[in-house]
Amino acid sequence: MVSYEKLKTARKNGRPTGGAYIENIFDQVIELHGDRRFGDDLAIYGGLAYLDKRPVTFLAMEKGVDLPSRLARNFGCPKPEGYRKALRLMKQAEKFHRPVICFVDTLGAYPGADAEERGQGQAIAESIMEMMGLHTPVISVVIGEGGSGGALALAAANKVFILENAVYSVISPEGCASILWKESTQENVAKAADCLHITADDMKNFGVAEAVIPENFEDFPKMCSGIRKMLSDTIDELSALSEDQILEQRYDRFRKFGIFDEKGAKKK
Amino acid sequence: MGFMDMIQKISGSAKITCKKCEYEATEYELVKNSYICPNCGFAYRLSGHDRISLMCDKRSFSELFTGLTSKNFLDFPNYQEKLDKARTSTGEEDAVICGTAKIGGKSCAIFVMDSKFMMASMGSVVGEKITRLFEYATENKLAVVGFTASGGARMQEGIISLMQMAKVSGAVKNHSNAGLLYLTILTDPTTGGVTASFAMQGDIILAEPKALVGFAGRRVVEQTTKSQLPDNFQSAEFLLEHGFVDAIVPRPELKEKIAQILAMHA
Repeated sequence: MVSYEKLKTARKNGRPTGGAYIENIFDQVIELHGDRRFGDDLAIYGGLAYLDKRPVTFLAMEKGVDLPSRLARNFGCPKPEGYRKALRLMKQAEKFHRPVICFVDTLGAYPGADAEERGQGQAIAESIMEMMGLHTPVISVVIGEGGSGGALALAAANKVFILENAVYSVISPEGCASILWKESTQENVAKAADCLHITADDMKNFGVAEAVIPENFEDFPKMCSGIRKMLSDTIDELSALSEDQILEQRYDRFRKFGIFDEKGAKKK
Repeated sequence: MGFMDMIQKISGSAKITCKKCEYEATEYELVKNSYICPNCGFAYRLSGHDRISLMCDKRSFSELFTGLTSKNFLDFPNYQEKLDKARTSTGEEDAVICGTAKIGGKSCAIFVMDSKFMMASMGSVVGEKITRLFEYATENKLAVVGFTASGGARMQEGIISLMQMAKVSGAVKNHSNAGLLYLTILTDPTTGGVTASFAMQGDIILAEPKALVGFAGRRVVEQTTKSQLPDNFQSAEFLLEHGFVDAIVPRPELKEKIAQILAMHA
């Protein structure tokens, strides 16, 4: 039941969304729009800003804060043009040797007919592959929901942090429940959430996140200044590496994921 | 399988019903016809080894990375039973077979996903074997030919299965940076996390006719859009029309086409 409580908290109305973090963590924010191919997806908010004294590229999934903004931002479910905008800005960051900082918060990539027509799978695939080859430090912070491939598309990073009540999952507990038990009743969803191991602590245990960030929404500016320091320190650490070492660190980070038995191999 | 079924299978007289047109073909007819329905042309799903024997030069396939098996590390309900059942019914260790082979005389590294093993969902073993194959191919300067089929990431392995998407993608990226060819052949069905990673990362992407290829499930899309989807939605033909595959190649021409492409990159 713990996982289900977390899931409800991660989705709660009034929980700060991507834009609030950008506003409180960065200075001189300049939003950059569009994928230069098809359109501008407001489910992804991206641009330039200062992190302390350092220019960075930021990317945030934005769910919106009231009905009109939620509709405009498609409830934070990106379409292919959103991922292509993100990739464009990441490539730009690479060109100018800027670090990239991503804020992940999505139920998942938008599962609509138009998204399929424009290659949702291809857009995510390309984003993940190009992120794995990006010559600049990338940090991702899961601030709410890390919904499957649509979340990973902005989380193939050198370091991943996750808020204490955020969740990260391969499939929504609703989807999992309906596959396993046909019906996604509240009880089944809660069970599925437990089975899937989706909490921040789970992520820390698996090494999927390097650190869990405590929440303090009563004093949000203070919480954000903590995150700012954490991001700054991490970028300092990563900036000490050569470009090749940054790539290697990211490759090794993901290379280690996998739990299986191997004949003749030492037990893990 | 009962004794009589076995006799019928061996003698090639067992009947198999086409799921598209319900034509009853004998096993013998199907083998002769590359497992394509003689009536409607539907390409049956192939087991990994049938695919290899159809596509690779005789006795050229040499399997790599055997001995890796999945485990139920999350204690996920019924996962162990599903694995046991799939192992018994397919005789395979997991949902992908990797190795080296020659196709039309050209050497390559090859992976074949087997939808008969838990709908070829991608867990740690699938991710690890394909990653190792790309690493091997990069080291040995080989092209990779990959036959994709998958229901997506294997939810029974939770977040670790999602991480496989990034793990494989990293290995594909390094292989690509080394100037080597990755040729993908999308087969029925290729969906979810596999579509959203290495299925769509090929330099050249071919597809079998009428193969189902997409990211979100059709039912989910229908519920989201609350509208009727065209019949050909998420078919290979639909992807071709929208610019996401290079060509649709019928199975009997596939081997020749792959060999041609490999030769042009030798």
